[in-house]
Amino acid sequence: MKPRLNKDYRLPASEEEMTFGTACATGLLTAVNSGWRTFRPVIDSMKCVHCLICWVCCPDGAIDREGRELSVDYDYCKGCGICAHECPRQAISMVKEGK
Amino acid sequence: MPHDGKNQSGVQEQGGGGCAALSVCQGKAERTGSERAHNQFLSGNEAAAEGVRLCRPQVIAAYPITPQTTLVERLSEFVAERAFPCKYLLVESEHSAMAAVMGAAMMGSRVFTATSSQGLLYMCEMLSYVSGSRYPIVLVNANRATATPWNIFGDQRDSVAMRDSGWIQFYVESGQESLDTIIQAYRVAEHPEVSTPVMVNIDGFTLTHTYDLVNIPGQEAVDAFLPPLKTANRLSLENPRSLSINIGPDYHLESRYQEQKAFQAAEKVIAQTDEDFARKFGRKYYGMAERYRCEDAECVLAVMGSVAGTVRTVVDRLRTEGKRVGMIKVRCLRPFPRALFAAQEAPCKALGVLDRNISFGYEGALYTEARAAMYRPGASIRTLNFIAGLGGRDISRSDIALMFEKLARLAGGSFEEELQYIGLRWS
Repeated sequence: MKPRLNKDYRLPASEEEMTFGTACATGLLTAVNSGWRTFRPVIDSMKCVHCLICWVCCPDGAIDREGRELSVDYDYCKGCGICAHECPRQAISMVKEGK
Repeated sequence: MPHDGKNQSGVQEQGGGGCAALSVCQGKAERTGSERAHNQFLSGNEAAAEGVRLCRPQVIAAYPITPQTTLVERLSEFVAERAFPCKYLLVESEHSAMAAVMGAAMMGSRVFTATSSQGLLYMCEMLSYVSGSRYPIVLVNANRATATPWNIFGDQRDSVAMRDSGWIQFYVESGQESLDTIIQAYRVAEHPEVSTPVMVNIDGFTLTHTYDLVNIPGQEAVDAFLPPLKTANRLSLENPRSLSINIGPDYHLESRYQEQKAFQAAEKVIAQTDEDFARKFGRKYYGMAERYRCEDAECVLAVMGSVAGTVRTVVDRLRTEGKRVGMIKVRCLRPFPRALFAAQEAPCKALGVLDRNISFGYEGALYTEARAAMYRPGASIRTLNFIAGLGGRDISRSDIALMFEKLARLAGGSFEEELQYIGLRWS
């Protein structure tokens, strides 16, 4: 399962809650990491043939394939556009943030 | 800063020895469990190798460097002879050696590596990775001068430069103490409240290549003293964890505070381990520092490493002449035996510190530490710093007698230059 932002996460409130050394549970995402995106990828599910090339190419693992349709995890997508560039069906378009 | 709300102690559940190396070696190992304690005529490096063998590390990665080479050669022979189940990795550098054993430590293995001088400096980056991640790795450093000028002989500028790497540092006096301290080092490093790597420093050539009669404890006794490593701070399929994560400004201070607490805990654990060791094996090293004939001493000389053996004989001789002299043998530079120095008081009038290192622009490193620990308003003990034994220069008994003479003059109220170079060809 793709790790997702843990919205229930709360910071250690005491020494006892601190992690030991530099280790924590695997896949524990505690903060959004995508604030500087200029364009965001938008997948057109009518054109998408579920070839998963975008899922393979995404350098941040931000493409979600768990639902019926592919989607983008905007909490971690940096807006690099590689998915749109690699999509053989031009099913992904880069849309200016704020629009 | 992430945490998962469980397994916070980092030390619980069974470690299980989930080590790839173990499965590689299974079935081949010949147990030496029935081996009895016995004496052998060994060099310091060979004695250290026997100490490592008795601790049964599951992975060793090392890159040879003078004067450490004969240590890791002997270990490779042990592994080839299957003296204990172990994967021995010949790596291309010291940086890789520490990276490799760190990887194995992440699997919960007990690991070992050794280096010296430039090798330790090359390993420097990995030292803080290991200490911050709290892996209980034991490293032997054969103390040697750092280049340039190029020099393969002994001094302590290499390990002293690594003082703040987050590693516990031991300095030893003899081949026997090297062997015994390695066994103690694993027990200290792996203690749940410490879980911090340990560097055992053995003076190059003076110890590493000098032969002495060494008592090698029996395997069963060492096994009883040092049970297999158990840690939750490791990779496992049952409890997947991300290791060596980043911790940003919001929790970085808290993380470092934890490391400092581990060192504070180590003070007690080092003392306790030494006492337990003495009970089991009959040899005692007095934890972080030893006071030798200091009770009524007016002049005390503090030293680290092999020179303590020479100072001991000089103190004994001067005592027969009625001189009230003593020695403080500093065994741990970190954690530092602050309390021992802070408690230094009358009748002590003069304290000298012999440094086999120098911090350019200031003074010897141990001198700085000792004086800071002793400081209190109105303190009456006067101090001198002796720089000696750099790059393998011998420190003779007459050198040490001279230091005590200077201390006696200082105690008597004469002026002495604070920073002195013993044996400087012109002065």
